[in-house]
Amino acid sequence: MEKFILKYFNLIRTIIAILIGFVISISLILLVSKDSFAALGYLFLGPFGSISRMGNIIELATPIIFCGIAIAIPFQASQFNVGAEGTFFISAAFGTAFALIIQSLNLPRFIYVVVVLAFAGLMGALWGFIPGFLKAKYRANMVVLTLMLNYIAYFISIYLINYHFRDKSAGFLTSYRLPDSVFLKQIIPNTRIHIGFLIAIAAVFIAYYFLYHTTLGYEIRMVGFNFHFAKYSGIDVFKVIVLSSMIGGIFAGIGGMSEVMGIHRRFLWQSLPGYGWDGVVVAIIGRNNPILIMFAAFFLAYLRIGGQVLNLLSDVPYELVSVIEAIIILLITAEAFLENIKYRITVKEAEKEVFKNESPS
Amino acid sequence: MNPLLKSIFSTTFLFSVLRVATPIIFPALGVAISSLSGSTNIALEGIMLVSAFAGVVVSAFTQSLLLALIAGIAAGVLIALILGYFSLKLRADIILAAIALNLFSSGITVFLLYIFAHDKGVSSSLKSLVFPTIKLGVLAKIPILGGILNNQNILVYIAFLSVIVYYIIVFHTPLGLKIRAVGQSPDAASSVGINVVRIKLYALILSGVFGALGGLYLSMGYVSWFGRDMTAGRGFIAIAASSIGSNMPLGTLLGSLLFGVVYALANFLAPINIPSEIIQVIPYIVTVLVLTVYSARTAKEKEIGEE
Amino acid sequence: MATAISLKDIVKVYPNGVVANKKVSLDIEEKTIHAIVGENGAGKSTLMKIIFGIEEPQEGEIYVKGKKVNFKTPLDAIKQGIGMVHQHLMLAEDLTVVENLTLGIEPRKYKIFLDKKRANDLVKGYVEKYKIDVPLDKKVKELPIGVKQRVEILKALLRDVDILILDEPTAVLTPQETEVLFKSLKELKSQGKTIIFISHKLKEVKEIADKVTVMRDGKVIATDDAANLTEHDIARLMVGREVSFERLEEGKNIGNVVLKVENLNYINREKVQVLKNINFEVRAGEIVGIAGVEGNGQTELVEILTGLKEASNGTVYVFGKNIVNKSVREIREMGVAHIPEDRMKNGVADKAKIKENLISDRYYKKGFSKKGILNYPYIDSTSNELVKKFNILAPTIDAPVNALSGGNIQKVVVARELSSNPKVIIASQPVRGIDVGSEELVHNFIKDARDSGCAVLLVSADLDEILKLSTRILVIYNGEIVKTFNKVEGLKGEDLGPYMLGVKRGE
Repeated sequence: MEKFILKYFNLIRTIIAILIGFVISISLILLVSKDSFAALGYLFLGPFGSISRMGNIIELATPIIFCGIAIAIPFQASQFNVGAEGTFFISAAFGTAFALIIQSLNLPRFIYVVVVLAFAGLMGALWGFIPGFLKAKYRANMVVLTLMLNYIAYFISIYLINYHFRDKSAGFLTSYRLPDSVFLKQIIPNTRIHIGFLIAIAAVFIAYYFLYHTTLGYEIRMVGFNFHFAKYSGIDVFKVIVLSSMIGGIFAGIGGMSEVMGIHRRFLWQSLPGYGWDGVVVAIIGRNNPILIMFAAFFLAYLRIGGQVLNLLSDVPYELVSVIEAIIILLITAEAFLENIKYRITVKEAEKEVFKNESPS
Repeated sequence: MNPLLKSIFSTTFLFSVLRVATPIIFPALGVAISSLSGSTNIALEGIMLVSAFAGVVVSAFTQSLLLALIAGIAAGVLIALILGYFSLKLRADIILAAIALNLFSSGITVFLLYIFAHDKGVSSSLKSLVFPTIKLGVLAKIPILGGILNNQNILVYIAFLSVIVYYIIVFHTPLGLKIRAVGQSPDAASSVGINVVRIKLYALILSGVFGALGGLYLSMGYVSWFGRDMTAGRGFIAIAASSIGSNMPLGTLLGSLLFGVVYALANFLAPINIPSEIIQVIPYIVTVLVLTVYSARTAKEKEIGEE
Repeated sequence: MATAISLKDIVKVYPNGVVANKKVSLDIEEKTIHAIVGENGAGKSTLMKIIFGIEEPQEGEIYVKGKKVNFKTPLDAIKQGIGMVHQHLMLAEDLTVVENLTLGIEPRKYKIFLDKKRANDLVKGYVEKYKIDVPLDKKVKELPIGVKQRVEILKALLRDVDILILDEPTAVLTPQETEVLFKSLKELKSQGKTIIFISHKLKEVKEIADKVTVMRDGKVIATDDAANLTEHDIARLMVGREVSFERLEEGKNIGNVVLKVENLNYINREKVQVLKNINFEVRAGEIVGIAGVEGNGQTELVEILTGLKEASNGTVYVFGKNIVNKSVREIREMGVAHIPEDRMKNGVADKAKIKENLISDRYYKKGFSKKGILNYPYIDSTSNELVKKFNILAPTIDAPVNALSGGNIQKVVVARELSSNPKVIIASQPVRGIDVGSEELVHNFIKDARDSGCAVLLVSADLDEILKLSTRILVIYNGEIVKTFNKVEGLKGEDLGPYMLGVKRGE
């Protein structure tokens, strides 16, 4: 029994963290809502209430998966690049502009889609290059850099879309509608789930394989473990720092464009949608492992949709979900959380080993 | 362009620089004292947010400035304590814990804003108070400086006083010495029996106080209401300001004033038909440039991979 | 005589499961110098940490001067009159000597402000009382290491300790500086202090200690008067077998020059000239030992030779090619292996798997990967072979390196470096802090490499190691090679000491 706990300790801890988050949110709902039981129902069961709602979970998970991977790759190199938010946004903006510009070429659908996505990925790599390069060359603080770049990306994108690609015939601030041929098709009827979801799943496995089975992935992880060691072993740390942010950027870029092409058909965001920060959340919960991140993204999306249902049908605001998430992240990132239990078990096991051959004194 | 230049270098402009720099000076001092103790505190954003909110709500319900002040500081210190507890006692990564707390602060303030004010955007339905402005006859008489210094909100003066307080604490008190020692060598400090965790916690608490003052100024001085995510990244710019100043009192002040100048400039250039986004992006680009230049100068001392 | 410290049945288990102290019982008499010896991993450091309150034991009792105590922090130990001078000096580099010394006991003005004048006076008083001289107003980072150690000792004395623990104090001192230290310790003993002294250097232990305790494998093996034990006795108790102090048999075939350093200079970023016109050669089949007290440029020299730093000017030839501007990878590919001085910082990524550590210099090469894809079956089989060949005690090759003991971690480093088919080996402090058994193993591997034609450059602060292994010895002082010994037979530590301290110069 003790051995089981030791082996799956991290998983058990994650689950307990989630349960505590739930308990606190339930308490908050009980405190604040006039019809608590209904509210609880909306939060936890609401997402399963209809096909369309369950579809929402998958639709929401899609950009979060992309951003989670976008964060995880630099995080694996111990680079605190939190720039997925801005990369996602600016790649979507420029990708939309690009798609609109080349629409007169009348490319066949498949090529059009691939070219636009590739452009967005390239934009993401470019936007990821900036902090990667500045960090590698000038040892600039990655966290601050990427935080600032998120804002810069926002302003550049809004300027680009609102002043140069604005669809004045629409009733609200948005870009022109993308041509039909560049949409990502719906794949499940009665939902908005689109091909982008399949691309996201593919991205998970590609990222996993990349990190754990390629030489560059190995370099990224070794730099993350100990960059002194990496340098001493001959690994080009400069290259790794730059590439890890660029490759992360590619995923964020494709994620952003796929969201536009699959769900909105326009660039209609007037504020940062927050998927980049969701990416940080799932990267932490999933410990930078793409496959775990995928599960964490589904979990987070489930929570969010629950929050939306809650917000819509009850008197409890959606922001409760941010509170839950924050608590879960805090508990997961606390290494010492429940560690004294693990320690006591370890000590017991070790003492058993050492003293088993000694006669009782 | 001449009238533009004139207005930029007028007392009105410089007056506005002080106004605008204040909500950066406070969190920058908070970041600085945490950094001196060895903790990178990026939760000033969340600290300011909860303090701004607490001040508004408490002042609306009690109509007491004093209670609002206490509530604001308490809220900020609470976030700092949670950060301290998780990063120091439970060994969470302090950056990740701070990200969680910023997320928490953003969520809980909007959550409670809706509960109290029935609006998810601003607190205008609440009759919250504002900290007083100071009009001193004496100050008004000083040429040029008088126009800049007089008529400012009391918290603006307190911001400058805080820089002095910071200096005294860091260089002339045992606590300051311990904070510096802990930041340079936790082993050295614990070898003489100093409780490293406790000192770091004190530093975080101080940063909570500084940050709280910044938040209170935002919602009860700079403007007179609380709005969702009203800190708008100032907690992050504060990090740049304090690192430019090497966490030293004068340097941090100058770093903050630099950003104050840029923000004020952004406001002044608005009337000319430049898209607001181009102007609003300036402080952030300047931060990146300054950070890059500053890092480039000290880059040779660090190995590749360090920060 | 009364007992200063009494330990009964101390048990200490670390969070990673290692049992460092297994029911240790020990009495330390007042007013004696009591040495504790043992290999690394024997548990001596842990025991000292427990006495000083840095760690708490799971079981057992501690008595100080007859009184039972329960230390939760070093402050508790200090209150009971126990002070510790650590092997890695614990000073805040950017603070002054006075600030470091008065940290935690700062004299105050009006209760909340620092009284800097009284602090100065206080320190001056202790300097005069114990005759230990230090510059009050300098920042610690500007001081040489011997002075820093004096600051550390004063730090303990300022807190009125009666019992002083010194952890490997002479590891960074020359023979002459050690004399000075021993004089101070005897002075302190005559003033009534009790001194606990951890050391690997058996000669010094015999010289200064009144009593000796030998630890092995977490247990106390023996405690006796120092007079009753010879160095060989102590060594045997430490390892449980006869240990050879014999020099390695001479290498047979010394070949051509492989490594040639010519007029090498290095000026660091503080504009200090750390290396001045270094010239030497290493031939295939020989071990050239660089002897010197730490901090005389050896670290920088090794970093330049292995590509981690760039020389200011001069050349380094490996097989006739200048490597001064080459990258670490290029240098490694020329056949240069590097056993680093700081194994945890450079030598391993301790949270990564053992097998991942073993391939860090070769993962991109044929066999280990193909077109950027790692070949795990090959990686696994070669890693298992290395683990067996180098006698690494590990649960599996997928275990993280931090699950291993210090000696085994070094074996991982050595296994990787020596299996890279090197032509040149740069070994810096290769056996520092590892147990005698592993030490012998590593030395034998180095000898095998030498015999198969490697050119070995050994940089070590351990004179016994230098004297045991080197074909030729170069003494480095203040960034210069001040003496070359082409014949090592018959040399003793005292022959090298004066050159190491700059008292003598030769060529």
